[in-house]
Amino acid sequence: MNFSKMNIITGHYGSGKTNFAVNLALDIAKSGRQCTIVDLDIVNPYFRTADFADLFAKNNITLKVPKYANSNLDIPALNFDINSIISNSEYVILDVGGDDAGATALGRYAPAISKLDDVQMLYVVNRFRYLTRQPEEALELMRDIEAAAALRCTGIVNNSNLGLATTIEDVESSVDYAKRIAELAGLPLVCNTIKRDLSTHGLENPYEVDIYVKTIWND
Amino acid sequence: MAERTLMKGNEALAEAALRAGCKCFFGYPITPQTEISAYLSKRMPKVGGVFLQAESEVAAINMVYGCAGSGIRCMTSSSSPGISLKSEGISYIAGADLPCVIIDVMRGGPGLGGIQPSQADYWQVTRGLGHGDYHCLVLAPASVQEMADTVTKAFDLADEYRMPAVVLADGLLGQMMEPVEFDDAEIKMSTAENKPWAANGHGNKRKHNIINSLYLQANELEQTVVDRFKRYDDLKAKHTMAEASDCDDADIVVVAYGSTARIAKSAVDAARKKGIKAGMFRPITLWPFPEKEINAAVKNAKKVLTVEMSMGQMIEDVKLAINCSKPVEFFGRTGGVIPSPAEILAKIEEMEGTK
Repeated sequence: MNFSKMNIITGHYGSGKTNFAVNLALDIAKSGRQCTIVDLDIVNPYFRTADFADLFAKNNITLKVPKYANSNLDIPALNFDINSIISNSEYVILDVGGDDAGATALGRYAPAISKLDDVQMLYVVNRFRYLTRQPEEALELMRDIEAAAALRCTGIVNNSNLGLATTIEDVESSVDYAKRIAELAGLPLVCNTIKRDLSTHGLENPYEVDIYVKTIWND
Repeated sequence: MAERTLMKGNEALAEAALRAGCKCFFGYPITPQTEISAYLSKRMPKVGGVFLQAESEVAAINMVYGCAGSGIRCMTSSSSPGISLKSEGISYIAGADLPCVIIDVMRGGPGLGGIQPSQADYWQVTRGLGHGDYHCLVLAPASVQEMADTVTKAFDLADEYRMPAVVLADGLLGQMMEPVEFDDAEIKMSTAENKPWAANGHGNKRKHNIINSLYLQANELEQTVVDRFKRYDDLKAKHTMAEASDCDDADIVVVAYGSTARIAKSAVDAARKKGIKAGMFRPITLWPFPEKEINAAVKNAKKVLTVEMSMGQMIEDVKLAINCSKPVEFFGRTGGVIPSPAEILAKIEEMEGTK
């Protein structure tokens, strides 16, 4: 996985953006770089980057969250200045809310972001998500996100999964889907994510991830 | 069977409604169930259905009242404070003997409360959900797949018994994602076929039907209510649902529903590993409460533990159902705080006397 100075994570609700963003942040931190992760989700009330404050603190990752995230208030207020975050951190990850609705918040920072040199805006896809089962549907949503964000995606991340029930076969069966989206979008397929404990033998361009976003019970 | 997909609980509820032939959805957004509206606003136009965002919860439930009277399958959804607003309309729907499905994805209360998950509306939904002598059927799923299956069941039973059915979820179930499978059957919108009571145009071919909950004579109203309660008795006899595991030899039976049942099951499994004979009982119908099933489950138990995301509401039904034949203790968190498996395990150990 290549890191840019500014890494923007977008995608459909439930494509696994947050889990991907958490892994990326930990990997950037592990490589010895100073990293800030920003929870830009103004849509999702629970299961969000802000849940991992302890994990980030332990790994010297700076976490920026909307003032009312995980509170009992449903106020999508973004109380941070992106320029000051950029100037205070070597590497930045923006975990954007789902769909074009979530990307609207990103649009607010588009003027500042478009001035940066080293930016990647990744579009995370999951073949098992209901309304983006077809590559064409996933592409349409990507275009909606780009329009709402006033920014262009630069790469596709295949994060196809069925939660904890994901098998290696599920991941393998999703590669052609992701390649097709990349082809339609004219963008590179940046990686295929794979749960670390599943064999990566034969999977092309793998990015090993741990699962952080999960429920508190074990079935 | 079709391939599995990953869905949020709220999305599964919405998709399942379409597949049950729900042609009309009337809603008003509120966290944590807004994905139901968002999803149906995208899907309904593609399958020939109606999605309408009403100007308020009160308007939405009265649209359901009108639509249900025409014999078309319809639904509304909300979360706790919004359900309170709908309660007058729900009473009218029950009073007019109309079927519909109402989804409640509970959040913390009372008042505006908060947006985090809760189960503090158990009393509200199981005790009628409005004024007057009546019940709503209340179904409480505990997984995303079961949420989908439950919606179908709710529509079928609502039609059969001509009553409102509530699918009671909580914010955690609504927001979490799990694999879910739907069959490949084509989506077919409901019609008023086999509903001779529907006010959908008589075409001068039959006597007109009247949808009404006002009775001018007390005797007439009494008889109507009594007849309605005979249908409730039939429903009680035939359609209670529950799930029991490891109860046969259990000293302590833990009773929980919805997402709390998933958490409590983790605690029960952990207790078993520590050598404590714990069992798990999960009511799926909250009204009618599964009385026969719980009595069978606690038959050999010494104690019962009810776990809820509230100050203790279902515990009353547990005590009533078993006629206080065993001591029933309680553990709960409220206000949007989710109990952890470790906390529940500690309570089980305390009851067992090992801690």
